[in-house]
Amino acid sequence: MTSINLAALQQEGYTEVATLPEVLADRPMHYCPGCHHGIAHRLVAEALEELGQVERTICVSSIGCSVFIYNYMHLDTVEAPHGRAAAVATGVKRARPDAFVFTYQGDGDLASIGLAESMHCANRGEKLSIVFINNTVYGMTGGQMAPTTLPGQKTTTSPGGRCASTEGLPLKMAEIMAGLGGVAYSARVATTSLKRIVEAKKAIKAAFQCQIDGRGFGFVELLSACPTNWRMTPLQANERVEKELIPYFPLGVFKDDANDPACSVSGGDS
Amino acid sequence: MHHVLINEERCKGCLLCTVACPKEVLEQSARFNQQGYKVVEVARQDDCTACAACARICPDFAIRVFRKKSAKPKGAKGEQA
Amino acid sequence: MTASRKFLKGNEAVVYGALAAGCRCYFGYPITPQNDIPELMSSEMVKVGGQFVQAESEVGAANMLLGAAACGVRAFTSSSSPGVSLMQEAISYMAGSELPGVIVNMARGGPGLGDIGSSQGDYFQAVKGGGHGDYRCYVLAPATCQEAYDHMIEAFDVAYAWRVPVLVLGDAILGQMKEPVTTWTPDVNADAGKDWRLEGASGRPERLLKSLFLEDGALAGHNAKLQTRYRDMQPLSRLETVGVDDAELVIVAFGTIGRIARSAASQLRKQGHKVGVARPVTLFPFPVAQLQALAVPGRRFLTIEQNCGQMVEDVRLALAGKAEVAFHGHLPGNLPNPDEFIQPILDALAAKA
Repeated sequence: MTSINLAALQQEGYTEVATLPEVLADRPMHYCPGCHHGIAHRLVAEALEELGQVERTICVSSIGCSVFIYNYMHLDTVEAPHGRAAAVATGVKRARPDAFVFTYQGDGDLASIGLAESMHCANRGEKLSIVFINNTVYGMTGGQMAPTTLPGQKTTTSPGGRCASTEGLPLKMAEIMAGLGGVAYSARVATTSLKRIVEAKKAIKAAFQCQIDGRGFGFVELLSACPTNWRMTPLQANERVEKELIPYFPLGVFKDDANDPACSVSGGDS
Repeated sequence: MHHVLINEERCKGCLLCTVACPKEVLEQSARFNQQGYKVVEVARQDDCTACAACARICPDFAIRVFRKKSAKPKGAKGEQA
Repeated sequence: MTASRKFLKGNEAVVYGALAAGCRCYFGYPITPQNDIPELMSSEMVKVGGQFVQAESEVGAANMLLGAAACGVRAFTSSSSPGVSLMQEAISYMAGSELPGVIVNMARGGPGLGDIGSSQGDYFQAVKGGGHGDYRCYVLAPATCQEAYDHMIEAFDVAYAWRVPVLVLGDAILGQMKEPVTTWTPDVNADAGKDWRLEGASGRPERLLKSLFLEDGALAGHNAKLQTRYRDMQPLSRLETVGVDDAELVIVAFGTIGRIARSAASQLRKQGHKVGVARPVTLFPFPVAQLQALAVPGRRFLTIEQNCGQMVEDVRLALAGKAEVAFHGHLPGNLPNPDEFIQPILDALAAKA
């Protein structure tokens, strides 16, 4: 029940566990019930705060459900055209090398319309970070087929299920990014349970740290649920991430130059 | 005894917290909030270990967890590093 | 302000003008006939401690420009017609987000791949918006290498004073011709943009630069604000005139064609024909009032462009009901020369009788 008084709790010797980062705005979010964006937002916010980057951060929002990330984070933010977040972020980082710059993009944005911008940004080794939300559909426009839609998955533009022979197979972005020279860190994580969330945060912090250290481009792919467009309950959708997404999109760190000096790119911003 | 507070107006009834909680402290209530969501409630407060898994998985930041200071801090995985 | 004299190609003048204006980021992609700009920038920008990025595409370059502009750092990109088409998305977003980016178009023939010769076929694209939505760019049309240099300085000043994208519309002739240029360094207002630029929300509330306005009435309000700004910019319009005072015929032409028209008019003057030239220096805002002032009774107008008739529509709108406006289109694909303009000018003069 909500009748318990907060002040009273504090007076009675209680301390809050896992307090919300201050950079998160205290307002209701527009995301659908069970959507993982909120979990990811919190992880990004925690990582920024714990790494002491909030005050020098410039966020580049993308087009999709998460365009409104700027409503939920007290960060300087510029809104990029659809797919162009990595190019916009390149401009931001080059103009302000002392800023901490990250983009937050969905799968249609990053892996379809913005594939060229994303991969070239990564390949140049821009000292910035990308948080990539992969929920296998275009969420905001109503659940159309995405470049990451699984084979056989029904969407509003693949009503019979994605057909590999005519529509190709899902792009594995974390692996693709790991293959590019300028990438210092690339990992895929999920947010389906506390254990996964703890791992996800570790990965986000590692990707961010690459930028802070000037080591290169950091990339984290978060497998996420979209219950609305998957036509599932939030719990079913959460389970689908485990049972269907993870087997196709394996979790793990695909590149980490901190553990492999051979991968490192030359440092410095210019 | 630790305390879990649910901000019922923020809760969208997704129930991710109910499966994240290792002790099944939370379950769906019979109440609807003003948004029309059937909200979650604390059913077994006594079993709570203040691990904060529920707070950290809640996509709407509707859950806050308070640990009784005198209690042993075991199972405090969810605390920030 | 320091001044010196250099012998520069138009493309080079663009580079040195931008650097003099305090430009510290350049993003570009190769396309003929503007390759001198990224090539020269790749070394010159490094010398001043700025950033040069050869982008993956013009789409990428224009969006990098958007990002740098959001930081309030003077930045520009350059391309030629097909590449500028690819930039229209970002230019629309910059206009919507009120970002001061500078874009140079050393135009070539079209449509499609066209050719690599000069053309004015991008007039509509430059002055009518070009991308989606109701917006305008401030558009300058340099006719000389000196103007190419000076217009880059003006472009940054206007972009930052008005928070609009600025287009410098040259062509293959301007980019490739070489002329003496007096270079000079302006005082740059380093405070321009300090109340909106992104730098990290340290000790102040966060800032947001966006073009999405979903709240009820918000987009209408935003559009009204932009339209007011475009109207308020009208006094910035400029028209250069030569020999118009006693002219029976005024040729209206912009950019390098304006210059070639001037040679033709000067030849005809020597033969006793009363011909003058009016050259719009700004294409948006268009020098409407200045043109109207030239429309005295009995005077005719001839618009000459290296396209199939684009600016002539604006000239006719400006002079609606006040004067006859004929048109001569020199087709892109053929290099213009003054002799080819003589007969059309004589025809226009004769039509008066």
